[in-house]
Amino acid sequence: MVILEHIHKIFHRNTPNENHALADLSLEIQDGDFITVIGSNGAGKSTMLNAIAGVFPIDSGRIILDGQDITNLPEHKRAAFIGRVFQDPMLGTAPSMTIEENLSMAYARPNNMSLRWGLDFNRRKIFKEYLKNLPLGLEDRLTTKVKLLSGGQRQALTLIMATMKKPKLLLLDEHTAALDPKTAILVNSLTEEIVHKNKITTIMVTHNLEHAIKMGNRLIMMHKGRIVMDIKGEEKATMTIPRLLNKFEQLQGEKFVDDRVMLA
Amino acid sequence: MLQNLFITIFELVPMLLKSAEQGLVFGVMALGVYITFKILNFADLTVDGSFPLGAAVAASLIVSGYNPFFATFVAFIAGALAGAMTGLLNTKAQISDLLSGILTMTSLYSINLRIMGKPNTPLLNQSTIYSLISDFFSKIWPSFPTEYTYIMFFIVFALLIKILLDAFLKTQIGFALRATGDNPQMIRSQGVNTDLAKVIGLILSNGFIALSGALVAQYQGFADVGMGVGTIVAGLASVIIGDSLFGSKTIFISTLGVLLGSFLYRFSIALVLSFRLAQASDLKLLTAIVVIIALTAPRFKQTFKVSAKGGKSYGNS
Ligand SMILES: Nc1ncnc2c1ncn2[C@@H]1O[C@H](COP(=O)(O)OP(=O)(O)O)[C@@H](O)[C@H]1O
Ligand SMILES: [Mg+2]
Repeated sequence: MVILEHIHKIFHRNTPNENHALADLSLEIQDGDFITVIGSNGAGKSTMLNAIAGVFPIDSGRIILDGQDITNLPEHKRAAFIGRVFQDPMLGTAPSMTIEENLSMAYARPNNMSLRWGLDFNRRKIFKEYLKNLPLGLEDRLTTKVKLLSGGQRQALTLIMATMKKPKLLLLDEHTAALDPKTAILVNSLTEEIVHKNKITTIMVTHNLEHAIKMGNRLIMMHKGRIVMDIKGEEKATMTIPRLLNKFEQLQGEKFVDDRVMLA
Repeated sequence: MLQNLFITIFELVPMLLKSAEQGLVFGVMALGVYITFKILNFADLTVDGSFPLGAAVAASLIVSGYNPFFATFVAFIAGALAGAMTGLLNTKAQISDLLSGILTMTSLYSINLRIMGKPNTPLLNQSTIYSLISDFFSKIWPSFPTEYTYIMFFIVFALLIKILLDAFLKTQIGFALRATGDNPQMIRSQGVNTDLAKVIGLILSNGFIALSGALVAQYQGFADVGMGVGTIVAGLASVIIGDSLFGSKTIFISTLGVLLGSFLYRFSIALVLSFRLAQASDLKLLTAIVVIIALTAPRFKQTFKVSAKGGKSYGNS
């Protein structure tokens, strides 16, 4: 279980650009939850994921994972139990290293600072088997440098790397937003498959309302640094886009605006 | 005048030998530069201080009567400490990579003077690792060609360092270092402390550089506090020449390219000097010109042919 307790994050504090990106945000995530997150641009969705992953220190509040207070744990230590996929396909892999070298770093996590060989016959066999089960055609390209792959292939690879060692929490930040629609569908179904098969607790930010409604068991909406809507169970299962937009307007007294949001 | 432009085969062979010796012994330094600039993507200027540091430490210990092998080993440790210093300035004190290196390099100038107690330490009539090796082999093999001690030792030693570096870069920790230079965000999210990775890389890099300094001091017969000036440019020249001629398809090829680049660099300098159009004091200028050519040549090449080859650019990073 993950608990976010009264989290505040202010960027550029005491300057004209002061920005209260997370404003008293609290959230309780149950084991096995697959939460989709929507919200307008600048609502603080990425900031929330970055705070959980430890990219920067938060100003106040606590983050608790399975009873352990991880608020002050550095990012690389949290990586032992948090997997991430970013929006930018360039961010999740090391471009000038090969597919098998990238997989090796994910496979070794969190013991990446050892003097054993990064690759051997055994590992190559495991990676090949792993890639064979995926519709990517990468199983025969283990020694290809990742920079030669398409955005979709890199994003799928990042997803595999993030989940290879089952994380306690998987953070996906609009990880299909930069892909063409066909590839986005492929990466999305791969996401659902991996998450369900391994029962990984997941938070997925998306600007695609249809995905947000269809995927996962819980939907939260963020607005101005806090959670303004938390839909679960039966209500989530029967939710539609118009009802979602309606609900937002009722709650906030304003229209849901995000020019990037896809309603279809 | 015109006949000055031609060199005979009798001049060429010794020139090739000399360039090979220098290319290999300075190649160890270039491998150190390769670690920071190419692997870690860290512009480390400690080099100009850690190279003479190695020379100063080794020379001082040798004239105090220590075993040259021991002296050379201590030089490596001293360089490693200098690298750690730059690494800590950058990661703990949050000083930029360039400035961290400059600060260490500048303080090393005073430290090197302290170590030697004077600006220059001659090694005339001192035993060096080369004299020890040459004596050893002459004993077991009376017709040992002592004039080739340097080249034989340098080939074995430079290749040994290259192979060790290749192996290191294929370990899990080596992967972590490479990814730290390639995509720090990615490797942090795989659980690596990128600060630690940087410090380890700088330690190894400056260790190699000081080692090279120690070998050069014994090779040329003295350590001088000013011998570090321009080392970084020579190192970069070797790395860039190697990269543009041999590419970076694998680590094995990259590091081999660095050594060959170092040789080609020394040879082209020797060639230019032998034309007698330039004199020895023009060396640093020539070095800078070689680097400028190596940096800009790929771009001219690209104007004519869209190159599919990737790799890091030094010109604008
Ligand atoms: N590293 C940062 N430095 C300064 N401001 C930031 C940073 N990250 C996000 N912000 C600001 O915080 C607010 C929330 O951003 P973000 O969490 O990225 O929104 P989104 O919901 O679109 O992902 C925005 O106003 C953004 O400009
Ligand atoms: Mg965002």
